[in-house]
Amino acid sequence: MAEQKEHQNGIPRIGFYICHCGSNIASIIDVEDVRKYVATLPGVVVSRDYKYMCSDPGQELIAQDIREHKLERLVVSACSPNLHEETFRNAAAKGGLNSFYFQMVNIREHASWVHEDKAAATRKAKDLARAAVYRVRFHQALEKRKVPVDPNVLVVGGGIAGIHAALTLANAGKKVTLVEREATIGGHMALFDKTFPTMDCAACILTPKMSAVKSHPNITLWTYSEVEKVEGYVGNYKVSVKRKPRYVNEDLCVGCMACIDACVFKEPKFPDKFNQGLGKRKPVYIDFPQATPKVVLIDPATCIQMKTGKCKKSCADACDRKAFDFNQQPELKEIQVGTIVLATGFKTYDAKRDALYGYGRYPGVFTALEIERLVNASGPTLGDVVLRDGRHPKAVGIIHCVGSRDEKTNKWCSRVCCMYSLKLAHLIKEHSGAEVYNFYIDMRTPGKGYEEFYDKLLAEGVHFIRGRVAEVTDWAMTPEEQGKLVLRVEDTLAGFVRRIPVDMVVLATGMEAQADAGEVRHKFNIGCGSEGFFQERHPKLAPVNTFTDGIFIAGACQGPRDIPDTVAQAGAAAAEALVLIDAGHVELEPNTAHVVEEECCGCKSCVPLCPYSAITLDEAKKKAVINEVLCKGCGTCVAACPSGSIRQNLFEDDEIFSEIEGVLAQ
Amino acid sequence: MSEQPSMAPVVAAPAVAFEPRIVAFFCNWCTYTAADLAGVSRLKYAPNVRVIRVMCSGRVDPQFVLEAFAKGADGVLLGGCHPGDCHYAEGNYKTLRRMRMLIRMLKELGIEDGRFRLEWISGAEGDKVKAVVNEMTAQVRALGPLDLPGKFKEWDREMEDLEQHVNASAPQQEEAHVR
Repeated sequence: MAEQKEHQNGIPRIGFYICHCGSNIASIIDVEDVRKYVATLPGVVVSRDYKYMCSDPGQELIAQDIREHKLERLVVSACSPNLHEETFRNAAAKGGLNSFYFQMVNIREHASWVHEDKAAATRKAKDLARAAVYRVRFHQALEKRKVPVDPNVLVVGGGIAGIHAALTLANAGKKVTLVEREATIGGHMALFDKTFPTMDCAACILTPKMSAVKSHPNITLWTYSEVEKVEGYVGNYKVSVKRKPRYVNEDLCVGCMACIDACVFKEPKFPDKFNQGLGKRKPVYIDFPQATPKVVLIDPATCIQMKTGKCKKSCADACDRKAFDFNQQPELKEIQVGTIVLATGFKTYDAKRDALYGYGRYPGVFTALEIERLVNASGPTLGDVVLRDGRHPKAVGIIHCVGSRDEKTNKWCSRVCCMYSLKLAHLIKEHSGAEVYNFYIDMRTPGKGYEEFYDKLLAEGVHFIRGRVAEVTDWAMTPEEQGKLVLRVEDTLAGFVRRIPVDMVVLATGMEAQADAGEVRHKFNIGCGSEGFFQERHPKLAPVNTFTDGIFIAGACQGPRDIPDTVAQAGAAAAEALVLIDAGHVELEPNTAHVVEEECCGCKSCVPLCPYSAITLDEAKKKAVINEVLCKGCGTCVAACPSGSIRQNLFEDDEIFSEIEGVLAQ
Repeated sequence: MSEQPSMAPVVAAPAVAFEPRIVAFFCNWCTYTAADLAGVSRLKYAPNVRVIRVMCSGRVDPQFVLEAFAKGADGVLLGGCHPGDCHYAEGNYKTLRRMRMLIRMLKELGIEDGRFRLEWISGAEGDKVKAVVNEMTAQVRALGPLDLPGKFKEWDREMEDLEQHVNASAPQQEEAHVR
């Protein structure tokens, strides 16, 4: 299946290969027609098609042809270069050709998968192939740049994902800095009582890992801190971290909590954020007894000394370690790392947005996270399930998919709500003996032991009603409904509308991206999907990588997921970071810009354009100079140079102009 | 049908319907990725666009756009990251600055508004690639062929005619001047 010709007047000998990709390409594009056509183009001495170019035999075919036909350039029409450019560069190298004498043509993602008109798609494939054939003549032999990788790692976010990633890296002997913005690590998992489906006590499996982080010699733990700025590139990031003032010296405090007892407020008075506002705390507080680090902090918004400066400071007097420092200032720290793992987690959906469910209006309506605290043995009620007025509920309704699978709010399934609703149903029943009703659209229980857990709940006598609740109301229609919250729902299995009176309503709120995910992703120069979660490099093949090399994502910052998946992903992110660290260096695309000195007139147009300050003017010679280490290869200066004296490797003017010519030639 | 003699006059087959040729410059990080996403999501859109990949929309020299028109493109689409999203911090701002200038120039050259388009398409917006390509294809189709190469030939011919005309009339004028 090959067309071969002799060398043609001065044009490099080009080999062209078109992939069928099984039937992914060949079912829409007439591969044979394209192959024959490209064989007629100047310079093309070999033109072949193959079922799977990326397979070993496909690559071997290329390597062999390079040797046999003395190919000087290579063009492969297949999938996106984002997927297999590297594969074919390697195939070129195997055949003894410089990897950069290669150009890839994307006829799968950009043609066969998006067009239905076979003739038009084939025409497009020919145009794109011709453009590459024209372009590849001008390619230069290049070498990848090697830069060393700093072995230190930054992990952002101290939930279970960040904790697991940090421990994995630290156990591998790498120095890790773990930055968490709250006063303690633990994240959402620290709020939970039990974890589904095994009903392990969350604290029992989490707190040992938290203390391991604190005591690990390779981990520097900075809580109550936020990343301010990130500069640099893979292997060499410079990160500024702001350490917010606790007004208590972290190194001195031992967490005896004598200060909390001594506080001038005899009783806790202020809403406790950790307990979702269900409990009270003092201005000097610690989130929970196992908080890590076990260090108290002062809330400047409620502390009398911080507000007025006129407190007798009984807390400070009670501290025999003299840890209090009411004048503590934010501190800016700078660290050097080679890789970064982002594990910044999620936030739960704001239940107030579904006004008809009455959250914030009826005191009997709770979010799932509030119930997590209520059923928690170390929560504000020590595990007693009580309503806000102190009564014990006799009937509880759990509404699934609040802020999930909803055209009006969030379209996605949050993946965990069915399972945690089952867990909460079990716990509420266990703790209070109440009748529990689950209102669901579909039960989604994909996971090891999950469906079995659902079966167990069915056997326990929890009620399941299939239907999306229309409304929660206190408007009673019968004497039995007096003083109750009534859930109006169409029971889609029974086929009629029901009214279920309950005392307590639990809203199974879904998972959303953190409120400041957009800001954070700008800091780290990564992308977000349309839902606001961080964008992975490839949904299947590079789920923890981002489009910025050396920055990895783990856990629910990338999308809704449960604890087992989060831990698995955190391990994967740590492993990806280890790959870079243990290799010791990374290879960077040689797509940097350089100045052709003889042609530069020293006009300085380019100097202010570079966002990395890579361009300077050599004052003695009056010529621009580009620092190749700083250049990231965007090419903005190249496009702006009035004399055309800046060139960008891989994207030279000649290459692009010939591509334009090729794509339009007929 | 075939037995009946046709009453219609014999006419030449209608010319092949005009299919615009649009050259697109997509930045590697956002718009090219979005086009990949459109592919992976199997969205279907018009087959009229040919994508040339650049690392950043900031690499696009206005000359590339002019060259594409000069070589026969009926439209040119330029895709970059949304403002604030540039992988290289601010390359797309430089693009915007240049292209504002270019748009004024294209107008002077008699190239209609709809033939050049600058769009910010993020890596997650595969559906926007589909929408923009379809919309622009329809728009350029409505405008008809630009055919700058054909116009260049026409203009060259005009210049030749003018030259001949000047050459033919020049000696007489000279004589008149001498007298």
